[in-house]
Amino acid sequence: MKLIVTVVGKDRVGIIAAVTKILADNNVNILSINQNILDGFFNMILFAEASESKIRLVDLQQKLREQGEAIGVEIKTQHQDIFDVMHKI
Amino acid sequence: MITIEDILETNRMITVNKLDVRTITMGISLRDCAHPNLRDFCRNVYDKITRSAEFLVKTGEEIEAEYGVPIINKRISVTPIAIAAESCKAESYVPVAETLDRAAKEVGVNFIGGFSALVEKGYTAGDRILIESIPQALAATDLVCSSINLASTKAGINMDCVREMGEVIKRTAELTRDKQAIGCAKLVIFANAPEDNPFMAGAFHGVSEPDKVINVGVSGPGVVKHALEDLKGANFTEIAETIKKTAFKITRVGQLVAQEASRRLGVPFGIIDLSLAPTPAVGDSVARILEEMGLEACGAPGTTAALALLNDAVKKGGLMAS
Repeated sequence: MKLIVTVVGKDRVGIIAAVTKILADNNVNILSINQNILDGFFNMILFAEASESKIRLVDLQQKLREQGEAIGVEIKTQHQDIFDVMHKI
Repeated sequence: MITIEDILETNRMITVNKLDVRTITMGISLRDCAHPNLRDFCRNVYDKITRSAEFLVKTGEEIEAEYGVPIINKRISVTPIAIAAESCKAESYVPVAETLDRAAKEVGVNFIGGFSALVEKGYTAGDRILIESIPQALAATDLVCSSINLASTKAGINMDCVREMGEVIKRTAELTRDKQAIGCAKLVIFANAPEDNPFMAGAFHGVSEPDKVINVGVSGPGVVKHALEDLKGANFTEIAETIKKTAFKITRVGQLVAQEASRRLGVPFGIIDLSLAPTPAVGDSVARILEEMGLEACGAPGTTAALALLNDAVKKGGLMAS
């Protein structure tokens, strides 16, 4: 199962570390990261592979969301299929 | 490979333009619940609905979370009660409506449709009892929706029923007068009712349908409007093309949700209904799309032509996707 994690919020130290630690702890492999800072706002789109992971997607989503709230960014985790069906034939 | 632009576009459609899956509706046949005793019939109905739809709401919520697309309603449609309850020895079907209401509340759905009769060519005894029961049934329940099909292109119009339904509407309004006549919002009177409609209040499970089925309704007027915003001064072909592409994307999301729900619930997938149904939310308006297409104001000359163009392009785009 491929996942797409989007992170948006005010920039600060340690956002990537906070997100990737949760992914690593749950055996989710990162495939690619696109990240930039626009006017002090942090934007990141992260592609990951979760087929080796034991955690249920809804539980992983909740962990990431709670971590996001703790560091003041919005973290959204979605199954890649929704993007595939919309943009690929 | 999915690009960053694709991801941002999808998430903008959902968060800013209010793209959503309006409903997952499970159709359930009640034809095997028939019983001469009304109480036994009601027990059969309650058991079948609660057994069939036990995981409907939970499954809907899981899909919503995993894909990050809102699924606003989870609903049930059943065989028209005038057919299913006809063998009961009863003078009113209000207890059946109350049973549907209880079953719907038990499984946690938003609405249950099918307190219905199909009378375009005439009445049976069950049809008459059902129609007489409508005002009381809608006043006594919260989640039950009722519909009557009284005309079709093939059969014409049942004018006796037209007259009767006028009175039913008035009585329904009167019985729910202290709740803003909400009963009437739960009643639809149809010509050419579709048998697999997932939208309320007119959903029922048609007689040609399988035992159970999953139908999905998608919407997204805001998404279409946004897509047209960049097209100032474009010709009809470009507008139609953009609407088609957008309808395609919306429908594909509906298709994904429908197939996932069908697989997880072990219930066959029926249809996707792509309707640009507006909601009271700001930006979720069909009139705004027509104005975006170039109409000076909705209702001005050209409104019908714009609506026809919009509808045609939406249906074509949807067809390509499903």
